[in-house]
Amino acid sequence: MKNLKTIILSTVFTLSATAAFADPYRIGVLTDMSGMNYDLAGQGSVVAAQMAVEDFGGKLLGEDIEVIVGDHQNKPDVGSTLARTWIDEQNVVAVVDVPTSSVAMAVQEITRQKDTAFLISTAGSSALTAEACSASTAQWTWDTYALANGTGRALTQGGAKKWYFITVDYTFGHALEADTTQAVTAAGGEVIGSVRHPRETTDFSSYILQAQASGADVIALANSSGDTMTALKQMQEFGITEAGQKVAGMLLFLTDVQGVGLDIAQDLTLTTAFYWDMDDATREWSARYSERMEGKKPTMVHAGVYSAVMNYLKAAEASGQAKSGSKVMETMRGMDINDFFNRNAYLREDGRVVHDMFLVRVKKPSESTSEGDLYEVLATIPGNEAFASLENSTCPLVKK
Amino acid sequence: MSATHADTIVMPTRKSPVPAITFAGLILILAILPAFVYPIFVMKLLCFVLFAAAFNLLLGYTGLLSFGHAAFFGGAAYVTAHALKVWQVTPELAIIAGVVTSIVLGLIIGVVAIRRQGIYFAMITLAMAQMFYFFCLQAPFTNGEDGIQGFSRGNLFGIIDLNETMNLYYFIAAVSVLSLALIWRIVNSPFGQILRAIRENEPRTISLGYSAQRFKLAAFVMSAGLTGLAGALKALLFQFATLADVAWQMSGEVILMTLIGGIGTMAGPVVGAGILVGMQNFLATSGLPVTMVLGGTFMICVLLFRRGVVGEFLHLLERRKG
Repeated sequence: MKNLKTIILSTVFTLSATAAFADPYRIGVLTDMSGMNYDLAGQGSVVAAQMAVEDFGGKLLGEDIEVIVGDHQNKPDVGSTLARTWIDEQNVVAVVDVPTSSVAMAVQEITRQKDTAFLISTAGSSALTAEACSASTAQWTWDTYALANGTGRALTQGGAKKWYFITVDYTFGHALEADTTQAVTAAGGEVIGSVRHPRETTDFSSYILQAQASGADVIALANSSGDTMTALKQMQEFGITEAGQKVAGMLLFLTDVQGVGLDIAQDLTLTTAFYWDMDDATREWSARYSERMEGKKPTMVHAGVYSAVMNYLKAAEASGQAKSGSKVMETMRGMDINDFFNRNAYLREDGRVVHDMFLVRVKKPSESTSEGDLYEVLATIPGNEAFASLENSTCPLVKK
Repeated sequence: MSATHADTIVMPTRKSPVPAITFAGLILILAILPAFVYPIFVMKLLCFVLFAAAFNLLLGYTGLLSFGHAAFFGGAAYVTAHALKVWQVTPELAIIAGVVTSIVLGLIIGVVAIRRQGIYFAMITLAMAQMFYFFCLQAPFTNGEDGIQGFSRGNLFGIIDLNETMNLYYFIAAVSVLSLALIWRIVNSPFGQILRAIRENEPRTISLGYSAQRFKLAAFVMSAGLTGLAGALKALLFQFATLADVAWQMSGEVILMTLIGGIGTMAGPVVGAGILVGMQNFLATSGLPVTMVLGGTFMICVLLFRRGVVGEFLHLLERRKG
């Protein structure tokens, strides 16, 4: 009886001991695997993170690295519970991606408390690096300010002076409109009117008619996903672009453009952080990605995940530890983080990764030579112009 | 639906020891559970158990299918979160503020909705909950899609630090058990008997001299208040309140929980909430498409266990006895 007890106890101890020691460093990709962000982030983000780990050599500080996946179902409580368990029980040293801003905000509260690295690629809420900023966060790819501001400034400088907004009527839309307005007026343009619509509208005709009658050079869509796609389809029916008015999407991704098709999206102007067909480096990486994703082209979010994980691993290796996210970020601030995705890039103290953005135009169906051939790059927007400056930052980490 | 109700009615004998034993068992399980299961997960589960039990008070015992309970759940969550973050009151006051909000909302929605029955009742509650959703979407204090996030839980009664996980755990466990006991008491009171009478035959109850409207409104407001308590606890637990709590999907989820567990049974919502929340959590890292698996489970339940898991089990017991 005593023997049995010893055997059981010793087995339990050995098992728990090996479990504790053999635990590899884990990178947790927390994303949407079953909902509306699946194409934008989803499986592609997982593959991008795995590619980064493999390219890095699979080992961090002598230990194995493992990528694990969680589906937060766009529910903040599920995302928050998952992130917390990962960090507490599974040796997760970095949480990656996290679409849906409410989930990302919830996760950021946890990674801040636990001092774990948080590499944001899909979430674009500017609040993540403003009043809610965290020393262990890097918002890698984009934010709403950069997209709205980039498009607003570049189009106005290009001669489209008069703007009209179709804005979704809640905080997000109002902020998008305000940011763009600022950029437009700073570049010498003017906003001649705007109209607000409720979220998830099915009929945009009255808004489009008002915009059309306003005589504006640009009709800007300050809304997102479903609303943007519905508005675009109906604008095509009204022949807006054929009549000479420009249409600009303030928040539009590669997958949205693919979703509505080139017929409808043609000649649309938008800002992006990445396009696969820019130069040899982007093409080389995208080809490797496509191979593992059944030929799909990467979105800016996927490229951002790869770049973020890769640079995180480099910084962790250089700082000699992975547990403290804020120390890794501190090392990263002194590092060169330029790669095929990041150009003229650096990590700011508020967690914002500043890098060049690109103004693109959606090609006409006749110009497109292959399925993934969607954009023509019009201009590069230098990072310091694209992202909000630190001057008016509300982030408590910014020393003034 | 009335056919399934009829045979799940179990008139409680006054001195039955079963409920006391069940509650003692529940307390015992809750006391030792955190040693085996992640406490945050158990707390989340308790919030949804309470939500489903409060919903069942209305659907199971009064026969009113509300499609707008997310308004009470999320409304209380928002007010609790706002009270903690901006007004910086102690957590018990924040929870009370949340519950009062949901009671007021319940009164407003209830007064309008109980004038109609069946599908019209459900549609009115859904419509008013959607109005509340759009109010929350636009109101500046909710921060739109970002939600109210990142506040301290504060000290309970000014002394007990709820930022300590185990303190919070015992607080939420105690409140949940007391609330479940309250629901049990409501259901097994003369008031509860009349609710069931209304469910079975409203005109007859009226002919007996009861004002069915008043009883329905009272049940509606009680259910709303307890739902609000669940939402307030959830906001306290996760330290955020977001649009997901007021969206119609949340109303759907609680119906799902109650149906899977078993309508009109005390244990049904507990089991249903356990199954649904457990699946959402454990499927999240499984690589399976969560929503499809949940949908499939629901279909299987509707086709095979019409009375829900607990209802089916009780039915089996009855048949054995008979």
